[in-house]
Amino acid sequence: MSGAQLRAVRVSGASLTRVDPLGAVLVAAGAAALLFLPFVVFKSNRIVPGDPRSLIQVLPAWGAFGCAALLAMSALAALWVTDARVRLMLALAGIAAVALAAAAAGDALTPPGDRIVRIAPGGAFWVLMVCLGLFATDATTRLKPGPAVRVLFLAASLALAGVALAHGTFDHLSVMREYAVNAERFAREARQHLKLAFGSLAAAALIGLPLGVLCHRAPRLRPAVLTTLNVIQTIPAIALFGILMAPLGALAAAVPLADRLGIRGIGAAPAVVALFLYSLLPIVANTVAGLKRVSRAAVEAAHGMGMTSWQVLTKVELVLALPVILTGVRVVLVQNIGMVTVAALIGGGGLGAFVFQGIGQTAIDLVLLGAIPIVTLAFSAALTLDALVEVLDRVKA
Amino acid sequence: MIAVENLSKRYGETTVVDGVSLTVERHSITAIVGTSGSGKSTLLRMINRLVEPTSGRVLIDGRDTRAEPAYLLRRRIGYVIQGHGLFPHRTVAENIATVPRLLGWNERRIGARVRELLEVFALDPATYAGALPHQLSGGQQQRVGVARALAAEPLVLLMDEPFGALDPIIRAKAQDDLLDIQRRFGTTVVLVTHDMDEAFRLGSKVAVMSGGRLLQCDRPAVLLTRPADPFVSRLTGLADRAMRLLSLVTAGEAALPGASDGPAVAPTTSLREVLSELVWSGADSARVIDVDGTVRGRLTVAAILARGRP
Repeated sequence: MSGAQLRAVRVSGASLTRVDPLGAVLVAAGAAALLFLPFVVFKSNRIVPGDPRSLIQVLPAWGAFGCAALLAMSALAALWVTDARVRLMLALAGIAAVALAAAAAGDALTPPGDRIVRIAPGGAFWVLMVCLGLFATDATTRLKPGPAVRVLFLAASLALAGVALAHGTFDHLSVMREYAVNAERFAREARQHLKLAFGSLAAAALIGLPLGVLCHRAPRLRPAVLTTLNVIQTIPAIALFGILMAPLGALAAAVPLADRLGIRGIGAAPAVVALFLYSLLPIVANTVAGLKRVSRAAVEAAHGMGMTSWQVLTKVELVLALPVILTGVRVVLVQNIGMVTVAALIGGGGLGAFVFQGIGQTAIDLVLLGAIPIVTLAFSAALTLDALVEVLDRVKA
Repeated sequence: MIAVENLSKRYGETTVVDGVSLTVERHSITAIVGTSGSGKSTLLRMINRLVEPTSGRVLIDGRDTRAEPAYLLRRRIGYVIQGHGLFPHRTVAENIATVPRLLGWNERRIGARVRELLEVFALDPATYAGALPHQLSGGQQQRVGVARALAAEPLVLLMDEPFGALDPIIRAKAQDDLLDIQRRFGTTVVLVTHDMDEAFRLGSKVAVMSGGRLLQCDRPAVLLTRPADPFVSRLTGLADRAMRLLSLVTAGEAALPGASDGPAVAPTTSLREVLSELVWSGADSARVIDVDGTVRGRLTVAAILARGRP
């Protein structure tokens, strides 16, 4: 044996004894799920409890073998490979394999032309997706990608998923069945969801930013404002909707114009007002913290050189505070995308409508039709704004 | 010329500056010294109205500083603070261009002025124009701070402990640079410091403040020989006042006719340094010689010592 070969053996021998701890947990969970939980559930209609089916039962032999082989490679990588790029590639390959296996199961189990049966992803599918997702996240973290790479990676993943969905790859799975039935409403509710989340964010930014500046300039005002906003933050969403119902209802009754504009006790108005109130604290608090962080010498120099107060604020203070303020915006946006869900309870619409309708009908697929896009939206918003904050902060380091 | 007339600043019951009158000659450097809390910074900041006076007034070239909005006044007055206060998000060139941009200069004029100042302050434009402040050393940051203050060719430059954050070697260099720049542009400089050596080195006049009042404002030698108040002599230092006095006179000024075989010294050397040289070499006298070799005379130990007394 040559020296290089000997070294290779020794290196692999050494790494065999050192098992990646996170990998071990993920592989154990994934393997247990594959063995003991159904990969898909076959239901004869959308609400009856279904028949569990394992991966081997639903795929043709070559497909099951190929999928199992890929998952085995992912598992080996999770346990022993230290190169983060290899780990990430095999994690992504695993995710693709599991997704395609579910799609293939849907195709295989659906009788031709049937629109009644439901093929729902089972426990094994979800556990595998979570394990592989964590595996991929861990590998990405180890690679320490820059903000631009992270956003590009997100965009590519979303585009890939979009292409697969548009192509009809998952059309025979239960969630997509629900989508097919609700396609038109889905677009409407998704738009409404974004409108509520971004609208209340915009309103909060419009009011919160000046309020934060005011708190910074007038320190005596600060405790009163922040305490009030803190108290608002502790009111549960449902309770706040209830509290707002009476005054907004009265307003609609008294002012016909308000009613015509859609400002009523129930519907979008109380939802927007509640989300706006919740959004104020992070924006105001972060504006104050960001302005406090700005170097006093820079502000003094700016005044000393003859900038007007407005120029000092807009050209020096706010620019330097921007990364911290944007961190507040990120908190608000992610929080809003999640909380808009509850707005559906008071007729505010949004993707939450599917969630609550699904719960009412014990149709879990309908719940997922609302929940999956909400989670995706929140995750994408967090990742994008984090990247933006990092870019801005790096410039100002 | 800056004329400070009976200027006071009170915050409630506390009087920070108490009836100060002071004249700063054009093209001169005036150093304001005092212990912390003496009101020296407040006095400086009332000149560019970063602090508005409670009573009294300031005239610059005969014009009351309150005749225009404070921000317009400040654009005509350079301002340098301790810790430079550079804008961390702007490049060196953008920092220097701040006031010209506020004044609406065109880009060509701004670019030329920024390049000129970078060269004056020995910062290569190719390397430093695009750099961010945090990429510079402390001494370079301080120089950019002064360059920024001088960018719009102000007639008056106010400096609040400008070299306080620098180490001794870089500080000495920065002080030399300031003297060069002041000669070159003829700027009128008012500088606040708590460092007496710095005040004596830079100031053609030194103003001593205590408890908000101006005790004395005169040439450094007068402060040493005819202090108006016991506090002035305490602040200037009793123990080494003779040496301080010697450091204010150059060999060229004190040289007397006559020959000497002692060490050669340049006319710009201070008597303090000449004396030190004589002590070290054991000679009785030194030859004062120009750079071109012309003999300007000699300095005996006795002649030097005579200069160290009032």
